[in-house]
Amino acid sequence: MTLPHPASDLRTSGSLVRRLTFRLLLSAAFLALVLFLVVLIFVRDISQRTHDSILFASATSIMDSLRVQAGEITLDIPYAALSMLGNVSDDRVFYSVRNNGRILTGYEDLPAPAQRPVSGSPVYSTVGYRGTSLRVVTLARRLSLDSGPADIEITVAQTREGQTAELARLTRWALMLGGGFFLVSALIGIWAAQSSVQPLHALTGVVSRRGPKDLRPVRHAVPSEMAPLVHSLNRFIERLRVSLARSEDFIAEAAHRVRTPLATVRAQAEITLRRVDKTENRASLREMIRAIDESSRAAGQLLDHAMVTFRTDSLERKPVDLDVLARDLVDRLRPVADLKDIDLQFFCAGVSAIPGDAILIQNAVRNILDNAIKYAPSETSVLIDVRQGPLDVIISVTDEAGGFPPGQDTAALTQRFVRGSNAAGTIGSGLGLTIAREVAEAHGGRLIIEPSGAGAGACVSLSFPLR
Amino acid sequence: MRFLLVEDNMSLAGAISDRLQMDGHVVDHAPCAKDAEAFADTTDYDLILLDIMLPDGDGRSFLKAHRARQGKTPVIVLTARSEVSDRVGVLDLGADDYITKPFDFSELEARCRAVLRRHGGNSSNQQRFGDLVFDPLAGTLLVAGRPVRLRNKELRLLEIFLNAPERIFSKAKLVDRLFSYDEEVSENAIEVYVARLRKRLAGSGAAIVTVRGLGYRISLE
Repeated sequence: MTLPHPASDLRTSGSLVRRLTFRLLLSAAFLALVLFLVVLIFVRDISQRTHDSILFASATSIMDSLRVQAGEITLDIPYAALSMLGNVSDDRVFYSVRNNGRILTGYEDLPAPAQRPVSGSPVYSTVGYRGTSLRVVTLARRLSLDSGPADIEITVAQTREGQTAELARLTRWALMLGGGFFLVSALIGIWAAQSSVQPLHALTGVVSRRGPKDLRPVRHAVPSEMAPLVHSLNRFIERLRVSLARSEDFIAEAAHRVRTPLATVRAQAEITLRRVDKTENRASLREMIRAIDESSRAAGQLLDHAMVTFRTDSLERKPVDLDVLARDLVDRLRPVADLKDIDLQFFCAGVSAIPGDAILIQNAVRNILDNAIKYAPSETSVLIDVRQGPLDVIISVTDEAGGFPPGQDTAALTQRFVRGSNAAGTIGSGLGLTIAREVAEAHGGRLIIEPSGAGAGACVSLSFPLR
Repeated sequence: MRFLLVEDNMSLAGAISDRLQMDGHVVDHAPCAKDAEAFADTTDYDLILLDIMLPDGDGRSFLKAHRARQGKTPVIVLTARSEVSDRVGVLDLGADDYITKPFDFSELEARCRAVLRRHGGNSSNQQRFGDLVFDPLAGTLLVAGRPVRLRNKELRLLEIFLNAPERIFSKAKLVDRLFSYDEEVSENAIEVYVARLRKRLAGSGAAIVTVRGLGYRISLE
């Protein structure tokens, strides 16, 4: 019996890292978009302004070349006025010069600006012309002629292919800038999300690395936000510790309260048995002692079983030397075996340590040995053999008790409160083999019951994996 | 043998004392750890039987103190707790053995014997009868100076007879003392052991005599 993996029955509501990463990425994307748009607008604006100022310079230099000679307007468009536009791009250039709306020179169909320019301040516009888009600047100036005022309008326009291409290039740059910004901030965001849950991982590690019996409070330093959680965890651990201690005390106290009077009754019964002579009285006294033994054994095994269940739930795995463990047990049980002149023979050819809970394994092996001594006839041998297989260490206990009767379901023997059909008349609660099997299985091993090789008895083996 | 029994439950202590005295042992009873220390300081005991749950502090503290002042007397702990949790601690603290309540007196005897043997029991336990020299503790028997090996049941049977020479023991009483209560044994089984013991004692001047209808007794030939 082991605890289910904690994640399997825990309801999770998303991941903190994912949530944090998602939000940081979202804000990074938003900021990158804003950056891109700002750069784009700014660049477009600068490019437009530059273009406009050249158009303006061109128009101004045409305007400057206006002369009034003898009441007539003369215009000699300087070469530089148009060539400076050529420096910017290869775009085609259009111009027109109008006097009071009449064309003086240039392209007659060049559209006039929607808004009449006031003298001195240029009007810029973007218009469609001959299937293409033009940037247009119009300057106005009022000349005083003899024949009256002349409203001169000079329009210079240029197609925008070069500017469009330049803008596309700048847009690509802005896009790359925004993308780069997004990438860098995404990386920083992911790192930030990971590192902000790092203390949580550290705390999890500290708590989950603890041994199953470690109920000390958590002293690991944590960020202040996690302090209340750790505080509650510590209070919980403390409550658990107190309640475990209380239930262990309770088991001990219960055992004490039950067994001490039983011991008194048993001792008195033995004394009385020595004193009385009548056969019926003696028979009932023997019956009494047997009943006492049965109840104390049952109580003991129930308590042991509770302890085994409790300990296998959080199995401690420390190196256990089965040679030493089994040898100690054999020495401990030798006086009991001697009473029946049973010879306990111990064999061990040296084995590796296995990972496990020594107290549990001791209990399992003792139950099997107890059984063997109990059921074996006087003046026989019980063999205890500890040997190493390729994957496990095996402890076998072989007796000469005649084995199990034919038809006995050996698997059923390890069920709770089931006893061999030949066990009637011998004290036992039937929990011994159950305890042994549960301990072996908790360690990933097995309990095997088979007729012994000699055919005269039973061989009960416990296997414990090396890894 | 001289026992110090440290047990707070009066009726249990009384029963254990009575039972041990039946076998000819001397028992002093201390109801708490403080008294026990006073007893142990003034008297030499062969064995201390110590209840681990005492009213004035744990029996463990007595055990620790006993070991600290280098008390040589072996200690057998009487425990009522589950064996799984308690055994290790008790043995680590320096107990020589432990037994779980309620216990079979023949098991207690066997454990006492084993513990005393480990401690190199003194030779004052030797009993002489005719040409027999018997040490129940070491389990050795000399018949006219010649060592004889005895099985455990033969040894205990001889011990019973030698503790009260010339006294008649019925078969039923011998069954009670030789076999555990969960064994169904007929009284005839005793005849087997008596026959074996007679064979071992041959030439010793001591004989186990059948008293028809009553039982057996040991006497000098």
